[in-house]
Amino acid sequence: MKMRDAGLFALVAALLVLTGMMQSWNLALQILNMGLISAIMALGVNLQWGFAGLFNVGVMGFVALGGLAVALTAMPPVGDAWRAGGLGVFSALIVAAVAITLAVVIWRKRLPARGWLVAAVLLVGFILYRELFDPARDAIEAVNPALQGNLGGLGLPVLFSWPVGGLLAAGAAWLIGKTALGLRSDYLAIATLGIAEIILAVMKNEDWLARGVKNVIGVPSPLPTAVELQENAGFAARFADPITASTIGVKLGYAVLFAVVLIALIVLMQLALKSPWGRMVRAIRDNETAAEAMGKDVTRRHLQIFILGSAICGLAGAMMTTLDGQLVPGTYQPLRFTFLIWVMVIVGGSGNNFGAVLGGMLIWFLWVQVEPVGAWLIGALTSGLPEGAFKDHLMDSAAYMRLFTMGLVMLLVLRFSPRGLIPER
Amino acid sequence: MDLLNAFVALSNFVLVPALAYGAQLALGALGVTLIYGILRFSNFAHGDTMAFGTMAVVLFTWLFQSWGINLGPLPTALLALPFGIVICMGLVLLTDRYIYRFYRAQKVKPVVLVIVSMGVMFVTNGLVRFIIGPDDQRFADGERFLISARTFKEMTGLDEGLAIKTGQALTVVIAVIAVALLFWFLNRTRTGKSMRAYSDNEDLALLSGINPEKVVMVTWLIVAALATLAGTLYGLDKSFKPFTYFQLLLPFFAAAIVGGLGSPIGAIVGGFVIAFSEVLITYAWKKVLTYALPETLAPDGLAQLLSTDYKFAVSFVILLVVLLFRPTGLFKGKSV
Repeated sequence: MKMRDAGLFALVAALLVLTGMMQSWNLALQILNMGLISAIMALGVNLQWGFAGLFNVGVMGFVALGGLAVALTAMPPVGDAWRAGGLGVFSALIVAAVAITLAVVIWRKRLPARGWLVAAVLLVGFILYRELFDPARDAIEAVNPALQGNLGGLGLPVLFSWPVGGLLAAGAAWLIGKTALGLRSDYLAIATLGIAEIILAVMKNEDWLARGVKNVIGVPSPLPTAVELQENAGFAARFADPITASTIGVKLGYAVLFAVVLIALIVLMQLALKSPWGRMVRAIRDNETAAEAMGKDVTRRHLQIFILGSAICGLAGAMMTTLDGQLVPGTYQPLRFTFLIWVMVIVGGSGNNFGAVLGGMLIWFLWVQVEPVGAWLIGALTSGLPEGAFKDHLMDSAAYMRLFTMGLVMLLVLRFSPRGLIPER
Repeated sequence: MDLLNAFVALSNFVLVPALAYGAQLALGALGVTLIYGILRFSNFAHGDTMAFGTMAVVLFTWLFQSWGINLGPLPTALLALPFGIVICMGLVLLTDRYIYRFYRAQKVKPVVLVIVSMGVMFVTNGLVRFIIGPDDQRFADGERFLISARTFKEMTGLDEGLAIKTGQALTVVIAVIAVALLFWFLNRTRTGKSMRAYSDNEDLALLSGINPEKVVMVTWLIVAALATLAGTLYGLDKSFKPFTYFQLLLPFFAAAIVGGLGSPIGAIVGGFVIAFSEVLITYAWKKVLTYALPETLAPDGLAQLLSTDYKFAVSFVILLVVLLFRPTGLFKGKSV
């Protein structure tokens, strides 16, 4: 890292300290925590785009899968639901998997009339699947629908769900990569955009899985919660204001946890980047044909990196759901979870891990703070206007300043510093 | 068995809505495909360009309504349409002049332009929400139905009704006119021919003295008009909500790619392929099957293949199948 880069990180730190002093330390730590998570997501996208030139605009889907992993790992299992329909759902899923595999095998074998065979296999598979699946699903969703109505999780410690989130995202990425990675860059972009929407549609509609839009709440916390700290006599006696102290304490705890993950990832990514593997990957990015001529397996490398990068996004998604303590599929929006991460990588500097981390922290800070600043700015600008519908409309609209600002920041960086704040070296 | 009623029910719930939706998708996909053919990148800001143009139309519609101007049975939005198109043209010309032109002059890789269009998408999206807000806006007025279900039943004496909304009828009529004009322009006028030449082979076109900046400008103007048209018709048929317009990006691209990126005919066919498959697969067939099949065979359930929430999945799977088995699309698009 050069002096200038360190200076940029110091600037972000100063912005956070300033927030702590001028607004509240709780807010500053909140921004820091989400900033750390955003930085991890940015590292994942940077691995795909910055290192390998893979254009993935389905980040939202992988982040959401990470969140799903938390619900499936850390929540207690719902025994009645398992007894009611667990077997049915799983046998249905196995039937579906067998039908699809069979179809692929038939297609690959180049049997005569394979088109009709594949269609027939898929049709029969689909009917069987629905016959098994529908009653099982209804049975599960009928179990205590107000609070559960799903299969629940495995009841494992919540920290365990983070790697599971990565694995789940990696599995999805393997499936997508196998089908879509051979495509040209903008086709891959459209494909990933579509996959993310489908993953979210599944999470919103399959209530038996994680309650869909009814949300999973009360995810267990890896740290003592603020309430637990306040009830602890020793903790309460030590601070003048135990409520503030406890909320700040919990957030600090998360910050340490996230920072450990982030630092471990940066170390790994730096080692990878500087290794022969990293040089090969960048050589593939810069000239695929030449790399292929040198005997490098381009498709395999692409698949590997697509899986690794997506796994990192899934890990970050699981961390975010743990921090929130709930899984709310309705809050996943492509602008926030896909395109904002892209702004972070582009602004920070694609191809440079420190750049991605800086972009993640800085852009997240802006995303949060543009709103109050925008509201203040509009308030100041319109102070001369008479009260009325027009002024109210302007004040209400201040919230959308952030989209505008993010676009503007991205366009300005692309124009005047196209390699980002900390460029690739 | 009652095939006539089955057909009427099918038309009411499947054919008419899918025809209107397909026309809207075709207009949107035409915009995507023209940008791809001439400027050679996938424009992620297209959904938001459409939202911006439609927003202008909505604002003008409200202005005319407040002045008491209307078109009788037709929606006032038709009157506002030309004004909205002009404003949308202003927006795309500004973004081209101050954003895209810089990168075009540098001859950057197409993927850089895609990323730039993401920035434009954010800015336009922010602008639209800033001006009109993120909520649903209804702006259709005038006669709601061309034929309502009840009139149809009275006219024909059938059990099933067939309702055709004014928005749906207008969509099809206007889309046909717009597409006819576009093809006349591309095939018969000098500028249109130079656009096609530029799209086919840039170097040859430049050698024969075609001014690239003029071609690009005309393309943007046409795209703005098509986007505003598609957005307004979609809004009249359903309603205007900025986020929905952003999400339409996926079916647009699916339609354009299925037809073959860069091919205008492909975009139209692709639009209808996507629209009909979405509606056919997410429609509950119970009613139609009950009419069409003998009583013993009538289905118990809804006979719905996928719930309507999965309509994105349908366009996506078609997209994937076409990409895997015929990567240039149905109508030999280009692949840069």
